[in-house]
Amino acid sequence: MNILHYWRAMWGIIGRELRRFITQRERFISALVRPLIWLFVFAAGFRSALGIAISPPYETYILYEVYITPGLIGMIQLFNGMQSSLSMVYDREMGSMRILMVCPLPRWFLLLSKLLAGTAVSILQVYVFLGVAWLYEIQAPWQGYLWVLPALMLSGMMLGALGLLLSSFIKQLENFAGVMNFVIFPMFFMSTALYPLWKIRESSALLYNLAQYNPFSQAVELIRFALYGQFNREAFIYTLVAFAVFMAAAIIGYNPSKGMMTGKGGA
Amino acid sequence: MNTDIALSIEDLNFSYGKKKALDRINFKIQPGECTLLLGPNGAGKSTLFSLITRLYDSRGGRIELCGFNIKQQTRKALAKLGVVFQQTTLDMDLTVMQNLRYHTALHGMGRKQSMLRIQEELERLNMFDRRFEKIRQLNGGHRRRVEIARALLHKPSLLLLDEPTVGLDVPSRQDIVDHVHRLAADENMAVLWASHLIDEIYPDDHVIVLDKGQIKANGTVNEVLQLTGTSTIKDAFNRLTQGAQA
Repeated sequence: MNILHYWRAMWGIIGRELRRFITQRERFISALVRPLIWLFVFAAGFRSALGIAISPPYETYILYEVYITPGLIGMIQLFNGMQSSLSMVYDREMGSMRILMVCPLPRWFLLLSKLLAGTAVSILQVYVFLGVAWLYEIQAPWQGYLWVLPALMLSGMMLGALGLLLSSFIKQLENFAGVMNFVIFPMFFMSTALYPLWKIRESSALLYNLAQYNPFSQAVELIRFALYGQFNREAFIYTLVAFAVFMAAAIIGYNPSKGMMTGKGGA
Repeated sequence: MNTDIALSIEDLNFSYGKKKALDRINFKIQPGECTLLLGPNGAGKSTLFSLITRLYDSRGGRIELCGFNIKQQTRKALAKLGVVFQQTTLDMDLTVMQNLRYHTALHGMGRKQSMLRIQEELERLNMFDRRFEKIRQLNGGHRRRVEIARALLHKPSLLLLDEPTVGLDVPSRQDIVDHVHRLAADENMAVLWASHLIDEIYPDDHVIVLDKGQIKANGTVNEVLQLTGTSTIKDAFNRLTQGAQA
């Protein structure tokens, strides 16, 4: 086993995921339509109801659409991470996951590559979304579009690792509806994606705490600051740690002697 | 470590909770040998395959592929293994070539070597001209051919097939049965073929009859017939599994 083997396998996995995504046009369109509806309909409606005070990284008063954009980027990655995990459950039920699992590489590396592949797909979606938002005159400084790339990589990996972890526990595809109700919605609504923390604090201290410690909030803040050329150290560390924890748990979950296989199979 | 044996299974046990799925399984497969694993539904065939491919982990017993212990030398062991699973594991929206390139990438093969091996294996199965077609456009038999070609790209020493002919028409089934037997003979490849179709057995094959997690018979076709005092494998199978549906 040499480095070249790892390299080729990793690009093989990423290439397959990108090709699959591009050939599945419906998936591409629906991934884009969801945040755009939020942007064009929800945000436009809320614009007058919600005033956003000047707070970092913004230096002036901003429209609600501007505030919500990083949250919607996070939403794209959250859905993508969960969709990847859905496809892992599907692949496992259908058997194509087995092809990956029987190749002669360590399982952690295969899972990490799968995660990178999912993140690459989500980044593709995010940039298309940012392009549409730009045309809608939601424009960040041009450097922001570069700075946001590493932030997207980390947030995508973190949310993907969470999806991976969930997929190791979900035994059947039907159970996935639960993920929607118990993971995606709470994570999204109890975060800084739609409203800033100080605004949440005004209404509920509990919600404020939940939102603050929600890793999704931290990922959104990382993206928000990066999009305006700033580095949010706290959000970076929090997201990084969350990624490490989710990833380690997912690797254990996929270990045949410790994780889901024993749950599924016994001893 | 005995590298003259492609697959060695010793005292293998496996349970789902309290239910014993495999009970003290022992057998060996030599290179060039085609072994049919027969058993009714629920006999433990799929569990055995999951253990050999290390999708499950056993706590009791030992599995070696070409001398490599599947638990301790997992990657070396898996490198020797080609698998065709019961359900199709191809990407429907990708072409034959893209599916096969994905496999060669997972096995660390470079572009030139990949192309060469893909051509060799597809030509052998008369599928090379269809390499740019999407899997969705192929019929069941052709999809199976692609999966067999894929399993062979990295030149494995042991080929595992989990009921690969299920749902295929008679000519497609016959093609696959013939091709796999030729592989064992010409390439000196060891084959373990799980099946419940008696007519897939050649007279020179080895047969293992598995029922309720136990091996009921293990030997050549003639040995199994002698053991059971029957004249056809079908009768032998019925006797060994006490009439369980194959």
